[in-house]
Amino acid sequence: MNFSLSKEHEMLRELYRSFTVQEVKPLAEEIDEEERFPVETVEKLARYGFMGIPFPKELGGSGAGNLAYAMAVEELSKACGTTGVIVSAHTSLCAAPIYEFGTEAQKLKYLPPLAKGEKIGAFGLTEANAGTDASAQQTKAVLQGDHYVLNGSKIFITNAGHADTYIVMAMTDKAAGTRGISAFIVERGFPGFSIGKKEKKMGIRGSSTCELIFENCIVPKENLLGKEGQGFKIAMKTLDGGRIGIAAQALGIAQGAIDETVKYVKERKQFNRPISAFQNTQFELAGMQTKVDAARLLVYRAATLKEAGASYATEAAMAKLYASEVAMEVTTKAVQLHGGYGYTREYGIERMMRDAKITEIYEGTSEVQKMVISSAMLK
Amino acid sequence: MKIIVCMKQVPDTNEVKLDPVTGTLIRDGIPSIINHDDKAGLEAALCLKDQFGAHVTVLTMGPPQADKALREALAMGADRAILLTDRRFAGADTWATSLTLASAIRKMDYDLIIAGRQAIDGDTAQVGPQIAEKLSIPQVSYVEDLEVEAGQASIIVKRIFEEGYHRIRVKFPCLITTLAEMNTPRYMSVGGIMAAYNEKQVETWTLDQLDMNPDHAGLKGSPTKVRKSFTKAPKAPGKKFNTEPDAAARLILDALKERFIVE
Repeated sequence: MNFSLSKEHEMLRELYRSFTVQEVKPLAEEIDEEERFPVETVEKLARYGFMGIPFPKELGGSGAGNLAYAMAVEELSKACGTTGVIVSAHTSLCAAPIYEFGTEAQKLKYLPPLAKGEKIGAFGLTEANAGTDASAQQTKAVLQGDHYVLNGSKIFITNAGHADTYIVMAMTDKAAGTRGISAFIVERGFPGFSIGKKEKKMGIRGSSTCELIFENCIVPKENLLGKEGQGFKIAMKTLDGGRIGIAAQALGIAQGAIDETVKYVKERKQFNRPISAFQNTQFELAGMQTKVDAARLLVYRAATLKEAGASYATEAAMAKLYASEVAMEVTTKAVQLHGGYGYTREYGIERMMRDAKITEIYEGTSEVQKMVISSAMLK
Repeated sequence: MKIIVCMKQVPDTNEVKLDPVTGTLIRDGIPSIINHDDKAGLEAALCLKDQFGAHVTVLTMGPPQADKALREALAMGADRAILLTDRRFAGADTWATSLTLASAIRKMDYDLIIAGRQAIDGDTAQVGPQIAEKLSIPQVSYVEDLEVEAGQASIIVKRIFEEGYHRIRVKFPCLITTLAEMNTPRYMSVGGIMAAYNEKQVETWTLDQLDMNPDHAGLKGSPTKVRKSFTKAPKAPGKKFNTEPDAAARLILDALKERFIVE
């Protein structure tokens, strides 16, 4: 077992860090405050190959693999959870299913612009009445000649307001249950497709989370992803991969909070001493960093397994379960160690705590991760 | 257009510390980077590549660890990387260094050679100009801006000096030295890093591959003899006056006049 990174991964980390410090961190507070999608950052992410990290160069990607991708989301999220999830949802939830389940024609048409970041991707599964119970899809797709007609709506869709390409699940055969769900590639601009209400959120406020509305939306037949009835399987496999991204986001938020806290406790003086001199501070930090390191090992294991083509669903669920819970715990402690200042918006620590919470919820709640992990144990 | 960029890997610090006993640089624990002036030169070369499709070779003399600086240059977009590394190159002063680099450059085709103004760990600003002298080509130092003229046979550069700047037209082949202020270097790209390690190579050349007198390389070939290196002692504390801004300005002006800094 080898715990050291390759030279290229070391250099990638250097790139991710300097990009994050110079391009992402300066905007983090502003985009949170203004609930603004960081268009200018996404353009730069695209220019330097961050929007297609795991995909082959022939398809417009960077050819760097899943560990390199997870590390990118981690480093970006150290300064800004919003930027982390933009890359994660785009890569894992839209580009990845096209790469893994698309036909040659679909891959050639849709993947290069996504992987180059010329277009942004999103994924629509969740509905008002289909959250954890994703099989309760009400959006319908009916085949009419050379196209499908979609009717229904999706909610809580990350990147929705700024995306160009959407992976959308819809029922093609209600009677068949989960085997009646199909996946479609929907483009912004397809007739009958519109973006609805934008959510006001607790955290990751710069990410554009909106409703997708389909009113007799015309989707060409060739935009069916996989076969009819495979949509649920595609969605679940896509989420397996997405969990690595969200776990990496949680990991980054947690490490970012620790890094800020270490700086702060050395500067902040109480009782004529920096608060880092108190054993409570020292022990809290030790516990926080140990858990974050454990989370990192879980995330990198899942990413490395996916890269190797091995099964990784359980490991991805473990990584996401643990990293998100650690992120919530660590950011809460980071606010506590910052005291009153931590509760203000001045230090960005409360933002990290708000951003951390969503990682326990989206792309499968912690409870869903436990279902995935235990079902593999008990089968 | 063929461009050669000469770079140096330096410790990432503006305050190079010296070992008080041996007088050598303390490098332990300090990460290495591409010297800022050189990185600006590389960026200038890569911009010419973007504009005109120039071929960019990066060249450095250094220990085997300098491989990383060259990979970084490849990851930013350079086409070819050459590392001059040999124990016999060690301890070279600027004369021996420029001779070694010039000997390597003689083996290649080039229109333009770009070197950074000076290295943050040596501050001599001599290597670039000496390379031009040894190759008998024109040189312009302290370049802050450049444009290629139609026909791609010459460039017009903006050469900065204390009181202003010169605009100078210089024909290829020539050498310029660049200032860090010239531009903001691009990041490496993710795909570029993968290519730097998996598709491109860093060529390693030793003294045996260069057409130069081996006695002129490294410490042996260096006419400069360093008698002593030392860290400057801290200055004496200045004088402090607590007074109104007007009176303070007068005090400062008098002090400057006293030292003939202003008339």
